[in-house]
Amino acid sequence: MNRASAGRRDSRSDCLVEVEARTKGGIVVELASKVKSLYGSDITGLAVSVLEALGVPHARVTIQDEGALPFVLAARLESAVRRIQPSLSKEYLPDPARQLFSPPGKEHLRRSRLYLPGNQPKFFPNAGLHRPDCVILDLEDSVHPDEKDAARLLVRNALRVVDFGYAERMVRINQGREGITDLHCLVPVMPDTVVVPKCESAEQIIEVDREIQRIRREVKISREILILPIIESALGIHNAYEVASASKRICALAIGLEDYTADIGAERTVQGRESLYARQALVNAAKAAGVQALDSVFSDVDDVEGLAESCREARAFGFDGKGCIHPRQIRIIHQAFAPTGKDIAWAQQVTLAFEAAQKSKMAVVAVGSRMIDPPVVRRAQRDLALAVASGVVPSNWRADITLQSAPMDSETVLPEGE
Amino acid sequence: MAARRVMSRNAAGRLVPKKINGHTHPLFKGVGAIVPRGKKAAPPVRSCAQYPDDGNKLVKDLRKALTLAGLRSGMTVSTHHHLRNGDVLTNHLFDVIHSMGVRNIRWFPSASFPCHEHLVRYLSDGTIHHIEGSMNGPLGRFVSGGGMRGEGVLRSHGTRYQAIQDGEVHVDIAVIAAPAADVFGNASGVEGPSACGPLGFALADSLYADRVIVVTDNLVPFPCIPWAIQGNNVDYVVSVPTLGDPAKIVSGTTVLTRSPDRQLIAEYAARFVESVGIMKDNFSFQAGAGGTSLAFVLRLKEKMKERGIKARFVRGGSTVYLVDMLKEGLTEYILDGQAFDQAGVRSMRDDPRHVPTSPFTSYNYHGKGNFASMVDVAVLGATEVDLNYNANVVTHSDGMLLHGIGGWQDCLFSKCAILAIPSFRDRIPVIVDRVTTLCGPGELVDVVVTERGIAINPLRDDLMAAAKGSGLPLKSLEEIQAEVLRLCGGPPSPAPVDTNRVVAAVKWVDGTLLDTVYGVGG
Repeated sequence: MNRASAGRRDSRSDCLVEVEARTKGGIVVELASKVKSLYGSDITGLAVSVLEALGVPHARVTIQDEGALPFVLAARLESAVRRIQPSLSKEYLPDPARQLFSPPGKEHLRRSRLYLPGNQPKFFPNAGLHRPDCVILDLEDSVHPDEKDAARLLVRNALRVVDFGYAERMVRINQGREGITDLHCLVPVMPDTVVVPKCESAEQIIEVDREIQRIRREVKISREILILPIIESALGIHNAYEVASASKRICALAIGLEDYTADIGAERTVQGRESLYARQALVNAAKAAGVQALDSVFSDVDDVEGLAESCREARAFGFDGKGCIHPRQIRIIHQAFAPTGKDIAWAQQVTLAFEAAQKSKMAVVAVGSRMIDPPVVRRAQRDLALAVASGVVPSNWRADITLQSAPMDSETVLPEGE
Repeated sequence: MAARRVMSRNAAGRLVPKKINGHTHPLFKGVGAIVPRGKKAAPPVRSCAQYPDDGNKLVKDLRKALTLAGLRSGMTVSTHHHLRNGDVLTNHLFDVIHSMGVRNIRWFPSASFPCHEHLVRYLSDGTIHHIEGSMNGPLGRFVSGGGMRGEGVLRSHGTRYQAIQDGEVHVDIAVIAAPAADVFGNASGVEGPSACGPLGFALADSLYADRVIVVTDNLVPFPCIPWAIQGNNVDYVVSVPTLGDPAKIVSGTTVLTRSPDRQLIAEYAARFVESVGIMKDNFSFQAGAGGTSLAFVLRLKEKMKERGIKARFVRGGSTVYLVDMLKEGLTEYILDGQAFDQAGVRSMRDDPRHVPTSPFTSYNYHGKGNFASMVDVAVLGATEVDLNYNANVVTHSDGMLLHGIGGWQDCLFSKCAILAIPSFRDRIPVIVDRVTTLCGPGELVDVVVTERGIAINPLRDDLMAAAKGSGLPLKSLEEIQAEVLRLCGGPPSPAPVDTNRVVAAVKWVDGTLLDTVYGVGG
């Protein structure tokens, strides 16, 4: 085979690229583009650079461009060349556009994780602007089996070039061999977190983790890469604790209810009674392993009230976040996961008491007449961080609040059950 | 077409032609720099004795009316755009003019729409010499390609009124599509199968044209109430089977954006308006009917409800979203120049608080004041903005003329003019070093809201101070531009325009020449 194509026509911000390898004549580019008069020579120049970098000296390249950004064009060109020469060892990496933030770390807020279909470039450049806590560049269910290779390169280039802002940059890999191929392509460009779908056993995680560590050593990456397993089956729920504690790099457990309900032979309902056990079991397993618990996606984009209700329930269950498929869901999720006034007042008192105790080197923390245990302090700090991140409390809240020395009214202030 | 043009540089630093279609026009001298002198233009004196005592001015058909009106080659014929993209009458009008063998008409519409692509044939064969008015979509493309015999003149709604009052444009025959009319010529826009709301864009034409023809598909017995156009100004009335396609007269633009990025822009704009204190009791605003503007209205409405704030008035183009605000008591009035959907039309017909306006009340430069400058905040679009906040609304970065000015220039005079725009479109950066065509001087653009951040014009230190600590993503235009250029792979090549070929001129609100639109391609 000496010709192949990649990408899509009639899809905004994408392009259809066809490469025909030749034996002589250099690189000839034919371009049809809605931005031809403004970026035509850039596009042609990029095509030549990519092909030369991949070691293709002679080819006819046809590009039908719908306003694709350079990182997209480069990925499509490389995909087409790789489809002609699958064993190609060279790659074309676009210049990194910015320095990476420091890794978000295991304690990063994960209230919202926005799924981005891995082969649809138009959603990438602005995803971070909507301030999700995490973006998931998806190579698995949202990508057609025939397009896995193209999506992989597109996601690789996006991770190098696109600024996702404060969001934790997650990549959902495929299952099995395909997933290992995903890792080889993507670990070198340093996603923050690898999302592993359909987890049922600790071995799955151990294998992925081992491969990540091997590649990190090979390409000399010091940056830690976290793991987020998704549990999507009855067996997975059964083994959830084992999965959650399979690696110290696991930051959270997520539940995928679409597959889970199918697996147990139930119908997924809005009320979600069929998954009550699974969700509670997952929260328990995650918390037992000391990691966050993340609820499934809410897939009806137009049902604002349903989403808010679903988030309130998830929060009440002990979940730390919710998946979403449209940026407009983010604000609703963050609002629903924001602590309420009562929780905030309590958390502020606990935090101030803790800080005062630290200052005077006291081992015992007290609010009013009540002794405070370390887990309560941690939860208070977490609630406050959430409240600040949700914009319900200013980051300089200490300016307005003083520690109450008199015993607090336990009726109104103390959270139940503590 | 002249190969070489004599050009002059105006106060905005732009080269503009000495003459357009053989006539000299004053150069732009700066915002507010022109003090007009002399008297306004006036229509010829008429007498009621020349008109039928029974008030019946009905004539057989449009051809007959045009003949009676004395249509000749080289005349100026005007139309209004209230029928929007559903307008059938204007196309029919030029079919008739063509069949009469008349040529070299100056068409003076208040705006054009893609439905007027039909007229390309009459631009090609010389029935129409040139257009003075917006050149949208296919007409703009045709003009950019150099197909029009004369040169286009682009004016805002207010400038069109000004040009008529100055006598700069003398309308020989005004053809006014009327969704309801009586035989005397009283006309209304709120009734009938082609109901479109107000008819304000035809007001100046009805007052100043030599001859006025009202065309209706809904002849009602005298009196046609409420009359937006007064029969006392009308020469002839024509009844036709249809004026337009109702589905396209009021719809199309009023679709709320589903784009998350446009929604984010709207959200930022609404938060800005709230944070800087513009959103307070008895305030006023104007937003267009584009997707981002509509999303802005909805977000602002939510914020008003949360805070219990009511507006004194909002400016149309009206949509169901504004009408809902009126019904819910969130605004006391809608002052409305055009209705964009059925809800707007019905509301104007049924609710006395939904008031029709015209370019005279809203925008006219020669008025003793106008509403636009009294509005607290206007949210507008643009195709390009430069680092000094100068903005373009008629051409794209590739030089193509694709949009009219509408009320855009006039609305820049609001107390806070916000351009709510994406930072790039299809890889093309919107914040540029130099706008392809200057339509709005940067000193009037107060804020640029993009999905990447909000830039406040440094001239507005009051807004800068008010926005401090708001938590909004405030950035400079330079910062936003740098981000976008990184993504888009650097600045684009210059637009492939041929500066030897002038295809149209852009007027400023005072009638001066602000900039030039050049031909594109070979």
